[in-house]
Amino acid sequence: MTATSHNKHPFPKAIKTALANDYLQHALDTYPRQRTGRVVNALKELPDLEHVRQQARRIRDYSLAHLDTLLAQLADNLEQHGGHVHWARDADHARQLITDIAGQHNCRLAVKTKSMTTEEIALTDALSRAGLETYETDMGELILQLDNDHPSHIITPMIHKSRQQVGRLFQQKLGISYTDDPAQLIGAARAHLRDKFRRADLGIIGVNFAVSQTGSLVMLTNEGNGRLTAARPRVCVALMGMEKVIPSLADLALLLKLTVRSAVGSRITVYTNIITGPARPDEPDGPEQLHLVILDNGRSNILASPYRDLLACLRCGACLNACPVYRKIGGHAYGSVYPGPIGTALTPLLEPDLHTTKNMLELCSLCGACLERCPVNIDIPRLVINQRRDLNNARGNSRLYRCGLAAWAWAYRTPGRYTFCQRALRLLLRPLARKGWIRRLPSPWTAVRDLPLPAKKLFRDLWKQDRQKP
Amino acid sequence: MQVSLFTTCLTDSYYPQAALATVRLLQHLGCTVDCPTAQTCCGQPQFNNGLHDQARSLARHFIDTFQHAPAIVSPSASCTAMIRDYYEQLFADDAAYLPRARDIIAKTFEITEFITTVLQPDLAALNPRSTGRITYHYSCHSRGLNLSPDVTINLIKSIEGIDYVPLEKMDQCCGFGGTFAVKLPDVSAALVTDKVACIRATNADTVVVNDGGCTLNIAGACRRQRLPVRFVHVAQLLAEALGLMDHPGDMHP
Repeated sequence: MTATSHNKHPFPKAIKTALANDYLQHALDTYPRQRTGRVVNALKELPDLEHVRQQARRIRDYSLAHLDTLLAQLADNLEQHGGHVHWARDADHARQLITDIAGQHNCRLAVKTKSMTTEEIALTDALSRAGLETYETDMGELILQLDNDHPSHIITPMIHKSRQQVGRLFQQKLGISYTDDPAQLIGAARAHLRDKFRRADLGIIGVNFAVSQTGSLVMLTNEGNGRLTAARPRVCVALMGMEKVIPSLADLALLLKLTVRSAVGSRITVYTNIITGPARPDEPDGPEQLHLVILDNGRSNILASPYRDLLACLRCGACLNACPVYRKIGGHAYGSVYPGPIGTALTPLLEPDLHTTKNMLELCSLCGACLERCPVNIDIPRLVINQRRDLNNARGNSRLYRCGLAAWAWAYRTPGRYTFCQRALRLLLRPLARKGWIRRLPSPWTAVRDLPLPAKKLFRDLWKQDRQKP
Repeated sequence: MQVSLFTTCLTDSYYPQAALATVRLLQHLGCTVDCPTAQTCCGQPQFNNGLHDQARSLARHFIDTFQHAPAIVSPSASCTAMIRDYYEQLFADDAAYLPRARDIIAKTFEITEFITTVLQPDLAALNPRSTGRITYHYSCHSRGLNLSPDVTINLIKSIEGIDYVPLEKMDQCCGFGGTFAVKLPDVSAALVTDKVACIRATNADTVVVNDGGCTLNIAGACRRQRLPVRFVHVAQLLAEALGLMDHPGDMHP
């Protein structure tokens, strides 16, 4: 099993569970739409938004087309500033590299920021197994860690949990008296974490962008814990997907405008950290050691495939908030670290086993809401359809559908057969209908809907009649 | 202007009144309309499910059928989007059909799009009149045509005497999605149930749509939940308001 999944795609069951969870349904129907509203308003401030999106996409396309040279330049520049660079082939390799770094520097206690890439390689478990106490410091991620749970959204990881659940969890795990007041809960988390920060000798951070020209790592957070994680412990390890590199600070300025607005609907995050090397001799703060681990884990294959566009993703989560399927089933039902539209398209490529691919590609009604909200115009519906084509060509899809749809295509290829079938449909259904509607069919269709009987006459027959009128 | 009607399978069999209204409306706005009877299906069901060879064979037939049409107009956003967004990809490796596909793409329109961007009539001058409390569901594939919800909403609002009431989550997928509705039945059911609840909350007596797929799904769920609303295609609403239809109809007579 690769580390991408934390439950092995038991889709129908996970979907039913999600749909039956009243709190989850309320949360998914409310917060993503609210967020989308804020995002749309924030983006309106940008003059000529479409032009900015295209520019952003060009920067990402350029970066992907020159990934090898940009990554080499990033590594050179980071090393010049005193940092160390490591290249990880896959999740196993990355975990090994990071636990080795921790071992070499006698680290005992790690604090970490929120990072989907660390989730992708299941880093926290690996560090714990290697004997390091590891603490999530992002409020949402801390809650999930205390509850032995996983994020269900890229940006708002605990969207599936209520304040009351957090109150009970903190009562149980942190020994405080019950409260569901957010300020008090955050106070309790701060008190819990302060001691960890004081004792931590390893900080693990995620990377939103890496600027090759300056050798800088960019980390966006809305809580101060990210900065504390990067600056306080004596060793800092940054983990980045290899696609995160961009050429220059000017490119960063443009991408920040779009990323932050699309992710949270504000102009800028509270903390925009640009980290260029470990602490210099004259600097009182910052780590003694800075290590950057650059992760491949299937990305090279995607880069060389017709699905390269997916690597342009900024991980803003806007597509999740827009997606009608996500807004019904939530992140966990995807069974992948990356849920929602981007997860639907990306997971089968990161984890190309047939079962995952087949199930994952069904989680899309092709409504196009994700494309409409994507700050870099990634055409996810098209990329899903094309992966369905690959699956069909590999005979990996359902045989029933494959043969049924092929027969349908054969029948509808000539007007004679088409007209025959269209007329036959009514004749076939008519015995089942009452007052023009069918209530029960051996199909999931009639579980929640009636099916109308086709009209008495096809339009082509009406058309002939209409033309014969004087 | 000479226009060929692309009826689409679902409209042909389930919603002939919508196609008839589209024809009458186009004629009223000064077009000469024909309806090639050789037409069949655009290939979308096969394409969306990954059977691209089969989709291509249907698309070839479509291109052959409509190649001489000066303009192709359809009452379905979904089928129009199939052609406009995906035919080029389907024929990317076919030197003979690629230019023909591009030609088709350039002249294929959804009806509201054709009215607002090509014909651009002064609707108010035509004095459309109707009554009723009307809401509107935005079909997802309108996005693929860059048709904002305002296009249809403005057409609805151009009709004197009606009361337009916006539908909450109007642009949230109704859960149809072709085979999606039967492949992911629980999610589809949740989405259409949500849609019916939003329609119920508007107290509207009429729901305006511009796609047969959504209609089949939403109207079927409304009927199951005993919500008595009338479904009309936007062309039907306009044609009725202009007095072009013999009798005001529901899409499900």
